[in-house]
Amino acid sequence: MSDTLLKVRGLKIGATVYPPGEKPHDIDIVHGVDFDLERGKVLGLIGESGAGKSTIGLASMAYGRGGVKITGGEVWVNGRDILKTGIKDIRKLRGAEVTYVSQSAAASFNPAKKIMDQVIEAAVEQKKFSRKDAEQRARTLFAKLGLPDPDNIGERYPHQVSGGQLQRCMTALALCPEPDLVVFDEPTTALDVTTQIDVLMAIKEAIADTGVAALYITHDLAVVAQVSDDIMVLRMGNTIEYGDTDQIINRPQDEYTQALVSVRSIEHEEKAPTPEPVLSVKNITARYKGTNFDVLHNVNVDLHPGQTLAVVGESGSGKSTLARVITGLLPPRDGQIDFAGRTLSNDLAGRSLEDLRELQMIYQMADTAMNPRQTVGTIIGRPLEFYFGLRGEEKRKRLIDLLDEIELGEKFMDRYPAELSGGQKQRVCIARSLAAKPKMIICDEVTSALDPLVADGILKLLLDLQKIENVAYLFITHDLATVRAISDSIAVMYQGRVARYGSKSEVLSPPFDDYTDLLLSSVPEMRLGWLEEVVANRKMESAGN
Amino acid sequence: MMKNIPLSALIGLVITATYFIAAALAPVIAPYGMAEVVGDVWEPSSAEHLLGTDQIGRDLLSRMIYGGRTTIWIATLATILSFATGSTLGFFAAVMGGWVDMALSRLVDLFMSIPSLILALVILSSIEATVVTLIVLMGLLDSTRVYRLARAVAVDISVMDYVEAARLRGEKLKWIIFREILPNALSPLVAELGLRFIFMVLFISTLSFLGVGVQPPLADWGGIVKENKEGINFGIGAALYPAVAIATLAISVNLVADWVLNRTTSLKGGRG
Repeated sequence: MSDTLLKVRGLKIGATVYPPGEKPHDIDIVHGVDFDLERGKVLGLIGESGAGKSTIGLASMAYGRGGVKITGGEVWVNGRDILKTGIKDIRKLRGAEVTYVSQSAAASFNPAKKIMDQVIEAAVEQKKFSRKDAEQRARTLFAKLGLPDPDNIGERYPHQVSGGQLQRCMTALALCPEPDLVVFDEPTTALDVTTQIDVLMAIKEAIADTGVAALYITHDLAVVAQVSDDIMVLRMGNTIEYGDTDQIINRPQDEYTQALVSVRSIEHEEKAPTPEPVLSVKNITARYKGTNFDVLHNVNVDLHPGQTLAVVGESGSGKSTLARVITGLLPPRDGQIDFAGRTLSNDLAGRSLEDLRELQMIYQMADTAMNPRQTVGTIIGRPLEFYFGLRGEEKRKRLIDLLDEIELGEKFMDRYPAELSGGQKQRVCIARSLAAKPKMIICDEVTSALDPLVADGILKLLLDLQKIENVAYLFITHDLATVRAISDSIAVMYQGRVARYGSKSEVLSPPFDDYTDLLLSSVPEMRLGWLEEVVANRKMESAGN
Repeated sequence: MMKNIPLSALIGLVITATYFIAAALAPVIAPYGMAEVVGDVWEPSSAEHLLGTDQIGRDLLSRMIYGGRTTIWIATLATILSFATGSTLGFFAAVMGGWVDMALSRLVDLFMSIPSLILALVILSSIEATVVTLIVLMGLLDSTRVYRLARAVAVDISVMDYVEAARLRGEKLKWIIFREILPNALSPLVAELGLRFIFMVLFISTLSFLGVGVQPPLADWGGIVKENKEGINFGIGAALYPAVAIATLAISVNLVADWVLNRTTSLKGGRG
């Protein structure tokens, strides 16, 4: 027991909520959680959004974010209960004994200061090292984390390094004061899969080398399986299951954990192309206004009626730009778009109402895609009114049909978007585009902001609706598991070009080109030892490196 | 809607309502006529004249009530005009972007570069100062400030996905401005409304004090200060009553505006 670094007993965390029309009241968001963490071990905290995993992570630094209060329990760090010590002692603890790595390094670094100054700040402030020693230690850590040019990278500003590199700089920042415990809060979630691997490997090696203990918070079970010794599954502030990694991954006991492990159960039979595609993108080259750099080079893809074309690639590969070109928001420099047997105007202003109706779009962030001041009824009802002139009872009937189709039902009609969960919001967006009776819907990363189980439900819904409405999807995603689940044909994009294009079975069968191979092998798999294996077998450096 | 109303808002609401009711019912509640000479010069307050009399012996309370009627009436209409023009043009510029935005914004900059009081004085020296011209002049001059705010708020909103979705649906400008942007821009605009109304009260009072605003014998608060300012030399506070009235109105209107602001932003999902 002497080796126990962090001991949490009966941790309860509460927050005050302010529901409209009601008196503010307190709710519990974590209901008594227990765990132990030994020196040099990694505990993975996993759960959906709202499970309380970040809140628990921050509580181990005796911190509650944004009105969150620790209401009960004990948090022992190095043999003392930090919830009972004063703020002075906690200040000595933070940044010295316990450090924190946040999800978005880009938002956490001060853009006006050099990386080195920020990396050594805590170590110097806490008088752990002299400035000179701290800089030396930072350079060693940069090298250990596989950053290029470790002696000089600290002299750069945050915007001068890539996202993956910055995330590793943040890890260096956390490790610099020689802490006993590091809290990693979704450190790779914002990164591309190929970059994620490098960062994961770097974090894993750094943990092993320095011998710190770590709390690793993520919603991705496959990722946590690679780095942690133990895993704790959380749901709505309760511990669902707590055990070692091998047991959780290979022999999950609880139903919820089993669902998490076996997620992506969708089977989809690939359909053969039809003679007449509904959308034909021909030789599209495009650049943004005021730049002299083409974001899309000579892109050619076809989409057949009632089928799904998945456009896959990392951020910056041009996949969202392609969507903007097809919708007419970004007129291309060259090329043409044929849709439903006619050539579309390149410019949004030149398209007929019929063009607009038949080509709908669903956005990644359902939150910002719906007007927060309109009810669900208005949001879905507007296209009915606008395109078909439906009014009164007729409109209401169609609205109820649509709400039933997205499995929500009539009672949602008068709700505001803020009163819906993430998955429900996305469903409303789907209904809004279906209301127009489109021939084709562009789905731009529609599931990437959702928890895996919820995302699964959305994908199933989309596939069912495709069967009923015979609508074609252009499905933009960076997630290959999604692609496997729903597509009929695939276009892999890399640096603005289509690197590989064909039916799903063609694209996903060997021989692969180097990029497709890298992309496919980078998708985290839910088994132990996968990370080491894939790093050993790589043919190509990832773009974020 | 009226339950859970905080004390500060209640106080503000009561005072504001009192002023507006007094303004609306001036002929009924004022003890004497507006221009009626009923006593001696600068009488102290007494049972017949609660606030005393002014520099030519008119009842000051009656003058204050009628004056409030003029001041509040002009300020309210000018504020409405200013918000209607300013926010519509601001939203329009934000949604259109490009040269429309450029032309409108530079024009507004041009007007804002001239101090509005001086501009108003110049214009009023060449046209007759009637209630209507005062309202139009003040409303349009002030709409430049509202334009700036409305445009800044709308620029943020017009890049939201739901506005893009409306454009992709083929919606006309009218729907985008009044149905997508306006409801989401309301909170900052309401906060500004309270402030702008008070600036209007001060503006019309200033103009009247300088003699180019509301013309005698019509009473307004600025005019009362002007008429009675000499009294201060003799220790007579008649000129201070309008100042107190303006101050309490300003505070109470803003207490109400704050409450409305809190209510609209606490609607879940509202903009902060």
